[in-house]
Amino acid sequence: MSTAAAEPRIADAGDPMVPRRFAISRVRQDTRDTFTLLLDPVDGEPLAFRAGQFTMLHSFGVGEVPISISGDPAAALAEGGAPLEHTIRDVGAVTHALVHASPGTEIGVRGPFGTSWDVDDAAGGDVVFVTGGIGLAPLRPAILDVLRERDRYGKVLLLYGSRTPDDILFGHEMHRWADLNDVNVQMAVDNAPYGYTGKVGFVTELIARAGFNPRASWAFVCGPEVMMRSAASALAGRGVPASHIRLSMERSMKCGIGLCGHCQLRDLFICVDGPVLDYPRLEPLMSVREL
Amino acid sequence: MDDIRILQPSGLDALVGELRARGFRVVGPTLRGDAIVTGEIRAVSDLPRGMGDSQDAKTYRLRPRDDEAYFGFAAPAQSSKPVFFPAEEVVWRGRRDHDDGGRFSGGQFTVERDTPDAAPIALLGVRSCDLRAVQIQDKVLADRAHVDAHYVGRRDGAFVVAVACSDPAASCFCASMGTGPRPSATSRETGEPSYDLLLTEILAAGDHHFVMEIGTDRGREVADEIGSSIGHSADRDDAIAVTDDAAARQSRAIDTTTVHDVLRASAESSRWEDVASRCLACTNCTLVCPTCFCTTVQDVSDLAGDSAERHRVWDSCFSESFSYIHGGPTRESTKARYRQWITHKLSSWEDQFGMLGCVGCGRCITWCPAGIDITEEAAALARMSGLPAPAATT
Repeated sequence: MSTAAAEPRIADAGDPMVPRRFAISRVRQDTRDTFTLLLDPVDGEPLAFRAGQFTMLHSFGVGEVPISISGDPAAALAEGGAPLEHTIRDVGAVTHALVHASPGTEIGVRGPFGTSWDVDDAAGGDVVFVTGGIGLAPLRPAILDVLRERDRYGKVLLLYGSRTPDDILFGHEMHRWADLNDVNVQMAVDNAPYGYTGKVGFVTELIARAGFNPRASWAFVCGPEVMMRSAASALAGRGVPASHIRLSMERSMKCGIGLCGHCQLRDLFICVDGPVLDYPRLEPLMSVREL
Repeated sequence: MDDIRILQPSGLDALVGELRARGFRVVGPTLRGDAIVTGEIRAVSDLPRGMGDSQDAKTYRLRPRDDEAYFGFAAPAQSSKPVFFPAEEVVWRGRRDHDDGGRFSGGQFTVERDTPDAAPIALLGVRSCDLRAVQIQDKVLADRAHVDAHYVGRRDGAFVVAVACSDPAASCFCASMGTGPRPSATSRETGEPSYDLLLTEILAAGDHHFVMEIGTDRGREVADEIGSSIGHSADRDDAIAVTDDAAARQSRAIDTTTVHDVLRASAESSRWEDVASRCLACTNCTLVCPTCFCTTVQDVSDLAGDSAERHRVWDSCFSESFSYIHGGPTRESTKARYRQWITHKLSSWEDQFGMLGCVGCGRCITWCPAGIDITEEAAALARMSGLPAPAATT
């Protein structure tokens, strides 16, 4: 089966302002407030994306939100085509409508938009994923990119912070990565119930003690901005070159293509210059309040 | 194109007629209420003949003139921005599908891109500041990886009759921005002609005519049709004298040699507290600004939820909701929002697009109910920034 016809067809970007129709095949509840939407393209053509990119998800008649893709970039294009995955926290009107839609409901998808984690750049070095809460979702495609070619990388660490043990996202999957893919997974929770035996503290404390070779490491960081700021600072403090630290930024977005102006951070349009950006570029911007 | 013509006032009607005959929807300065605004020009009588204006901080007044000037006013209250970039438009329309029984069949829908009216537009009487603003919006909305398709549709093929500004307002500072009062013949970025025709209104004792300069072949065709006579280089000198005089009468200014770095260095300036204590965050400045391009979307559906439309509407970085993400706005305080606006206009716009985002039209000064003055704020920030002042020119 090597004829051109057997190649997966990839939808071209088309008009970036007009949503494509995807049908919800399943809504999986991950934690008490976080859900993963599995989406099938109505026209049968898979959505090609790179790890770190996002789409604008549209609930008909309700509205639209930017959500990072949490699925495997390779699986989407494999034979049969895995569903497109987005992991969403139920925090507003649109996300509420999306995660409570019944299977078969069609939603609109624009994109993919934005920059990639480009984990390829880390080949030959150690890889440190630092994340908190739902920040693991935008990193998951990057982790899967690394694990697909695990031999090209040195140590792979996943440092994960969570508010409580109940909020840990993709817990089973993290165990599997640790067991099968030689990923050093370390977790810390902010608050734990009596009897919890895991680590209580901040993800920055994990960075301080984790075993990796800082000078030959790349770090991919995603989480709340305050957490990313302290994590990036801790990584740089341990000797990871600033240019080897990448963060995924979050801002209000309405268009996804640099026209609406909402996501501007000084000279950056986060939707097209980001969301994934180098720490040297972000550091001076993150250090000014309300920029 | 060194081609100078003389157009008599009566030729202006022929110009409007010729543009309309060529299928253009002609838009230009018109009187509406107590202001001069950009509107449809069906005949030359729609122009605010004999009417001037007085503009200064938080002041806009019409001022009857003692001559018959057609273009004897400064920047119209609203620029030509809405001509190509309306304050609200439909991006797409969608409908939920129903099964044969007329029931909603479970979440299927269709979406169609809205196609706006494609009648070509002729801008008549556009000032240098506003023409420059159109070029800036071209860069932002039509010269990017992704473009605003509706903007491009309206902008492509637009005919431009620019008018040199003869009577600037107290709020004007285009001369310092290098954006006026005489329109440059070509776009700085593309080298393309900025206008098809440029008119300079000459009002000398007992003599009222226009010096008409040709910008494009298309402009020449129109000029040939409307009965203009051949002009001479002395006529162009007359035209240049008009704008030289207009430039000399401007008292407000921004120092463009330093402003980019001043704003960049002023992120933590105490001036923001000062300006925030005056700023009402009313968004007026952004709505009258000819370059502001920020928008939001509104999804509008009918009561049954069967049909929905996506509207693109102007938005403003001064509104609290502008930067809202779950948990709250990124720029919660007025000082952060004013800083965002002025820093974007005078500094980060240049990083993004290689040009400043301010054309010196002065509308933000005129229409700010608190009298906040962008030139005054830029000067205060320069003084407070600690950056060395530029060497005095000799």
